[in-house]
Parts: sequence; structure tokens; C-alpha cells
Amino acid sequence: MSYTLHHPKWHRVAKPIFWWIRRWAYIGFIFRELTSVAVAYFAVLLVLIYCAVQSGPEAYAALMGLLAHPAMVTISVFALGAVLYHSITWFNLSPKAMVVRLGRWRVPDLMIAGGNYAAWFAISGVIAWAYIIG
Amino acid sequence: MPTITLEVLRYLPEDGAEPVFQEYEVPLRADWVVLDALNHIKDHIDGTLSYRWSCRMGVCGSCGMMVNGKPVLTCAAFLESFAPGPIRVEPMAHFPVVRDLVVEVTDFMDKLTEAKPWIIRETEKPLSEGEYRQSPEELGDYKQYTMCINCMLCYSACPVYGLDQGFSGPAALALAQRYNKDSRDQGNAQRMEQHSNDEGIWGCTMVGECSEVCPKHVDPAGAIQQYKLAGAVDWWKSLITRKGK
Repeated sequence: MSYTLHHPKWHRVAKPIFWWIRRWAYIGFIFRELTSVAVAYFAVLLVLIYCAVQSGPEAYAALMGLLAHPAMVTISVFALGAVLYHSITWFNLSPKAMVVRLGRWRVPDLMIAGGNYAAWFAISGVIAWAYIIG
Repeated sequence: MPTITLEVLRYLPEDGAEPVFQEYEVPLRADWVVLDALNHIKDHIDGTLSYRWSCRMGVCGSCGMMVNGKPVLTCAAFLESFAPGPIRVEPMAHFPVVRDLVVEVTDFMDKLTEAKPWIIRETEKPLSEGEYRQSPEELGDYKQYTMCINCMLCYSACPVYGLDQGFSGPAALALAQRYNKDSRDQGNAQRMEQHSNDEGIWGCTMVGECSEVCPKHVDPAGAIQQYKLAGAVDWWKSLITRKGK
């Protein structure tokens, strides 16, 4: 826009690095982003368990021994809490992204979020069942 | 008559100095909003104070400012809700300040234009075939996005725009989605080309504050997530189509 070429000096404010501590909503957002680290932690853990299983009973027992250490148990409990918070807030946001229509009827937000929770519990149930019978 | 203190950020570019807060004592009247207080200052205390306003009834979207650190329309922010004060009034965050409480909005206007906010047709049907009809349900798909008054409060609340001025921003993306969801429009592909990148829909990290501060209860955060879903579906479709060839 050429009409802004010749103008008095504008004042610009650079965003400070700790911009997110100014409002609770931003702190909540940053906290939620940080819970992604816990998601990554469990993903890496899953890969390590898979590798240990492939390597044989001794490697698996060694990994289980490491995970049973009180420090690792504490980390896992915190990570579990963070992953649950991440998952629940994610599922609660799903109706914002999904508008589902069946003919002229719009599926209510509660049913979309509920569908996600149902799938979560069903998949978790199948995994738990496979673990118990295995 | 009780009074309340307004701490107003003053920026005078001709002085070449950094902005400073100036205090004003104004009457604390039950029916006064922050904009009334600014008008009182302008008319009776300090005529050099600069700010934008017009309708005084939450329609024009020109009196947006930061009040106690939150982006609000000053015509809808009652003084009593901030009592006993002081009330800190600053220009909208993330925009260059021209003078006092007046910000530069050219970037925002350009981003609105980039969203192609008009109905795009691949082919126009002849007039003899009549108008493009739309059911109430089809209207309902996008109606809330038409309520945007371009007040830019969502840009002030969006940290992504604050950190990266290249980001298209909540209002422009919601406006694009308003036309994408319009059953008469056929311009989705053009808008997707404009917005399916890191400075468009994928730049949004879903902070959600844009929807929280919107005075017209538009949900730009929701619009962007729906836009993302459509972008992801388009990407998968293009992948399958490429593999199929």
C-alpha cells in the first residue's frame, strides 16, 4: 500500500520471550504443548520395549528392571498424568474441527467427542484383554 | 462524584521518544464505558489524545484497545467493572503504533484481501436459470463467520501473529472459511492454495484465545481447525490421485 510509505516513525513492540506468563490462558496453552514431551516419552518407551522383546528375555528383563526403578516409576506416573491431560483436551477439541452432517441433521458436539472417547476406551480394552490373555 | 484513574499509553512520533503512560482522573459513572472516559479526556482534559472510534455500540469494530492487558472493544468495557482502578489503556497488541492508541492496520487489510472474501464461481449459470438458492441449513454452516466486524481483537490475542507477522491470522482465515462453507462458492481450491502452508492454517497452534476475545462470538479457532481438516483431506486425496495415475 503506497499511502503508508511516507509516515511518522511507528512504534513496534517485540514480543518478549516470556509472553506466555502474562495470562492464565497462555500458561495453560504452554503447559498443554509441553505435555507433548510426555507423549514422545511413551512413544520412545514403546519402541524400546519392542526392541527388548526382539532381543530376547534377558534384554526384556533388564529393561523391566530399569523401569521398576523408583525414579523411572515417578517419571512414568507424571508422564501418564500429562498424556491423559493431553488426550482429554484433544478429544474435547475434536468437535471444533469436525462438523458431521447426516442428511439435514448435524451430529451434536457431545456425540463427536463421545465417539472419540468410546474409540479410546474400546482400543484400550482390546489391548488390555490381549495383555491379560497373553 | 467518584473518580477512577486511567493510565493511557501515549506515543508521540514527532518527539522521537519511547511511549509513556499518562494518568487521567475521570468521573466513575455507572453508565460510562472506557470509550466514554477517553472521550471525556479528549473533550475536557487533553485534546491531543488520539484514538479511533465510531459507532459506540459494538458494530463498527474500530475502538479495540488493550484494557488491563486484554483486547476489548472499549465501547463495551464498563468503567465500574474495573473499579477501583487504575485502568491501563494501551493500543492493540501486535500492531505498529502510529500515535497514542492508533495502530497501523494495512497488514490486516492485505490479509483479508488474500483470503479472497467473495463468491468464486467456476462457471456462472445464465440469469434465466434463476438465483443460487440456499437452504437454512446451508446458511447455518457459515452464518456465524459473517458476524465478524474486523475489530482485530483476535489478532491482538493471538500469540502466533505476535511472533510471526506473516501468519494470516484468525479473522482472515475465518473469513476464508466463511466463503469455503458457502454452498454457492467454488473457490475452495484457490483459498487452500493461499492458506495451506505454515503462514496459513498450519501456523495456528490452537491457543484458542482468538475465539475467547471475539465480541461477536465468532469462533475463528474452530474455523481454522475445520480448515485444517479440509486441508488434510485434500492432501490425502491428491496423494491417492497421484498414486492412482
